[in-house]
Amino acid sequence: MAINVKVLARPVEDVSYVRATLKGMALTFRHLVDPHKVTVQYPEQRDELSPRWRGTHRMLTTEDGKAKCVACGLCPTVCPANCIKLVPGEDEQGNRYPLVFEIDEFRCIFCGYCQEVCPEEAIHVGRHYENSEYSREGFVYDLERLVSQTHAVCEMWDPTDPRGE
Amino acid sequence: MMTHGLAPLLQVARSQVPPPDVGFAWFISVPLIYTIIKILVVFTVYMVSAALLTLAERKISAWIQDRLGPNRVIKGWGQPLADGVKNFMKEETLPAAVNKPLFLMAPALAFIPALSLWAVLPFAAPLPLKWGLMPMVVADLPIGYLYILSLASLGVYGIVLAGWSSNNKYALLGGLRSSAQMVSYEIAMGMSTIPVLLLAGDVSLGTIIQEQERGLWNVLSLSIAAGIFIVAAFAETNRLPFDLPEAESELIAGYHTEYSAMKFSFFFIAEYCNMVTASALMVTLFFGGWTVPGWHAVNSAPWAWWKTAITLAAFLIKVMFFLFLYMWIRWTLPRFRYDQLMALGWKVMLPAALGYIVIIAAAILGLDMLGVPRTAVHGVPVYGLCLLGLNIVLLGLLLVVIDRGRLISPASARVRAAELARLRAVRERSSLAGRATLGAPGMAVRESSGVGD
Repeated sequence: MAINVKVLARPVEDVSYVRATLKGMALTFRHLVDPHKVTVQYPEQRDELSPRWRGTHRMLTTEDGKAKCVACGLCPTVCPANCIKLVPGEDEQGNRYPLVFEIDEFRCIFCGYCQEVCPEEAIHVGRHYENSEYSREGFVYDLERLVSQTHAVCEMWDPTDPRGE
Repeated sequence: MMTHGLAPLLQVARSQVPPPDVGFAWFISVPLIYTIIKILVVFTVYMVSAALLTLAERKISAWIQDRLGPNRVIKGWGQPLADGVKNFMKEETLPAAVNKPLFLMAPALAFIPALSLWAVLPFAAPLPLKWGLMPMVVADLPIGYLYILSLASLGVYGIVLAGWSSNNKYALLGGLRSSAQMVSYEIAMGMSTIPVLLLAGDVSLGTIIQEQERGLWNVLSLSIAAGIFIVAAFAETNRLPFDLPEAESELIAGYHTEYSAMKFSFFFIAEYCNMVTASALMVTLFFGGWTVPGWHAVNSAPWAWWKTAITLAAFLIKVMFFLFLYMWIRWTLPRFRYDQLMALGWKVMLPAALGYIVIIAAAILGLDMLGVPRTAVHGVPVYGLCLLGLNIVLLGLLLVVIDRGRLISPASARVRAAELARLRAVRERSSLAGRATLGAPGMAVRESSGVGD
């Protein structure tokens, strides 16, 4: 044996493999006849998501169907993954609106800071997780796509009501 | 048969009675026709049950592990079919460096011995037909058990040749392990069945079953032999805890690393066929074959179709129990280490089997000389009970000697003080430990005392 290698000698005189074997067999048999039923048949059954689940983004709209976003630039500033691209614009009345608003869902780390920082409650992370695309470009969601999402949005953690009561 | 004095202990072969010559023409006789029918039926049932066993294995493993198992293709029942279709559609790979003839032949070689063993296993009471009695066995060989021993030992060729012809180091290691393992356990297996032959006085499987029907099941009158046989049969079929030839985690898959598609599937079919055959052998040799325990009327002539049906059901139930045992053990026990496997085979099972032959031969001679009747007296199988008593004593001795009374001790133990001191000394010598002690003495002390846990 190589120098200074610890090898634990088995306490052969004290243990019984017969008993260990029987014990193991009894355990597996108990599970065989009385399994713990925990499986969720995924596509048909789904577990309910937590109200604080942070998934695919969604942009909320005003009553006339326009995005609530005022292009203040807080979300691209706070975003730690740098996944939000915002080009602000201004109309004749001086109202700011986003000319370009894109979120790269691949770069996003779903921290939810954008929702937390948004003064207009426009951008949200949502309770949704099933996304698939044929290309990486497909995961860059533009404003139109963010507006058209319909899933429920995340309820952020409220420090004054930590248990959500 | 051997109630008088010192008759020969074992009659190796008796002359075979030729089948009654009832025929339509010189080349087609009734026995020939029903033999062909039996071959077709047995082969079909055997193949279908091997396929269903893959499903059973997956379901039982799933339930043991709190999962559901396959439940999509026709509620799971179509899974074997889906697997078969998948294996047919897959690409057959043929690595460049393989020994082509042997590589192609090996899957068949693994499979054929297991299949041909079924020819001599009786699976029900004989069926009376218009043309005479039809024995429910494909070929009622008078040397049945010798045939089984000789063919079962061929099973290792498929695995060894697969491992060698693949030209892959892991496959070769798997093949080497399997040859060592199967050859060692074959000896214990053969030795463990000699008491059965001594007791029956014949090597025909029909006689072995009749002998158990007259007295007690061999598992009771020859329990140690039964135990050794069951363990050896697990090793022979390469099932866990003896699956060293495959050993996914260390040999990637052992002998079938280089195989794909249907050739790979053939090894799996061979494994399940081997399981069925080994289970049927256990049932035939030690658990009364197709007889129904305690129901003499159904086990003896005059034969009727319903007796055949009941005994067939009894046989299937017994075989299924052992198949379940195979799976239950597979999903419970971890794999042996290689040296432990060899030690168990050569140092425990072989001496035990050899000693048991001597003891049982002496006991049979003694009981025969004392004039103890082989048949039951007023429904009490005296002969079997005498052997059962002997077995209980022997089993107790075996557990005390080999297990040293550890059966009742816990399955785990604390490390001894001496061992702990030795480990600490090793640690003291280690330069790494020295530095750790200089840096944080408190932590080092805690670590070394933690060894005992």
